Order: sequence, then C-alpha cells, then structure tokens
Amino acid sequence: MATIRIPTVLRKHTDGHATVDVDGATVGDVFRALVADRPELEEQLFEAGELRGYVNVYVDDEDIRYLDGLDTPVAANDEIAIMPAVAGGALG
Amino acid sequence: MSTAIGSEVFRIDQHTWTALIDHAWSDFPYEVCGLLGTQPDGSIKHFPIDNAERSMTYYVMEPRQLLRAMREIEDHEWDLAIYHSHTHTHPYPSQTDIRLAAYPDAVYLIVTLQDRDAPDIRGFRIVDGDVTEVEVRRVDATDSNASA
Repeated sequence: MATIRIPTVLRKHTDGHATVDVDGATVGDVFRALVADRPELEEQLFEAGELRGYVNVYVDDEDIRYLDGLDTPVAANDEIAIMPAVAGGALG
Repeated sequence: MSTAIGSEVFRIDQHTWTALIDHAWSDFPYEVCGLLGTQPDGSIKHFPIDNAERSMTYYVMEPRQLLRAMREIEDHEWDLAIYHSHTHTHPYPSQTDIRLAAYPDAVYLIVTLQDRDAPDIRGFRIVDGDVTEVEVRRVDATDSNASA
C-alpha cells in the first residue's frame, strides 16, 4: 500500500491527516482511489481527467512529469507526495 | 478582488533580510525565489530555491527543491513565507502572483530591486484573490525571539 503525503493546504480534505494510505498499481490508480470519496479533493487535483498543471506529484521524490505521469508505477512502500507548485511573476 | 492594509506583522531578522536581498542580486536580472520557515522562537530558516524558468518576469520553484524545503517546514509546523524578487517593478503582487497563489496560510514576500540603492521587501497575504498587506518589520534576532 502506497502512502500519499498530503500538503498542509489540502489537509482540510483529509480530516487533517498528513498522510493517507491507498492501494493502487499506478499513480493514477492511487489517486482515483484517493478521490473516490473525497470529491472536493478531486477538484483540487484534476481537471477534465488530467492532473492540474500547477500540482506537482512525486514518487519517492521524483517528479512524475519526468517519469510516466499518472501511469507511473507505484510499489508497495512508495511515498507519493502532492505539492502545489509555487510560481508567479512580475508581469501579467 | 480587493486590497487592504492589514494589521499583521511579519518579523524578519536583519541576517535573513540581508540574505534575501543578496539572493535577489545573485542572479540579477532574473527573478529568484525561495521559502522561509519561521520557528516558534522567531528564528527563520532560509531555503533558497532555483527558479526553474530563469526568467526576468516569471518564476517557478524547482519542484524537487520545493518538495524538500516544504517537507521540512511542514514536518516542523513552522510558519511558511514564500518569496520572490521583482527586479524592475514595484513590490506588489502581480495578477500572475495572485492567480497562482496556492498557499493561503503563507506570507508572500516580494523583494524589489527597483530602487537599486534601496532594495525593499514587502509582505502580503493572498487568499482567494484578495490581497492584504502585511507589515514586514526588521528586528534583531533577539527581538524576534522575544516577540514572535
């Protein structure tokens, strides 16, 4: 079972829990199980079935953008971390 | 969207203030960014983070460095501040800053080098598009401990 690390900003959707243990063979599977009974979390993470662009997801500290995205395989003791991106700029 | 002047104070010791200004100059004219974690005794741990965009007008914190720094801050339950520099513009959150502000519990600090002779740091809360200014007050390390 993989452990998902929930950032402080999203813990209101996990009853304050910093981590949630979820089964799944890929990051996508794990996330679908995570949001199955937390629809408000689904809205935070997904848009039209795809991960929102400003949400960073890591498997054992590797950004899944550089792995296989939501198809990245997850081993039993992996930690999946969610971290909203921090970005901005002087213009716009 | 609205802007307000709040009564909140963000205390920053002189060492950290100088470190942020130095960081802003270090990659001029590109924007720099990073996190601060304020500990219960008021002391601040500084996490400079690479700007993955290396742009003069945009910043994205390098994801892996962001994860490591944020994990340390969250695990210790330190107060979070997020900073970046504006190298040519005034220290106020841009529409981009406001739109992308994903951390309502954080103080957003902007280091401005607009006045080359007098760099400045200003602070803001950004919650659901509303911007409230936070007074950034420079203190001695001992003062910050006493008043945090």
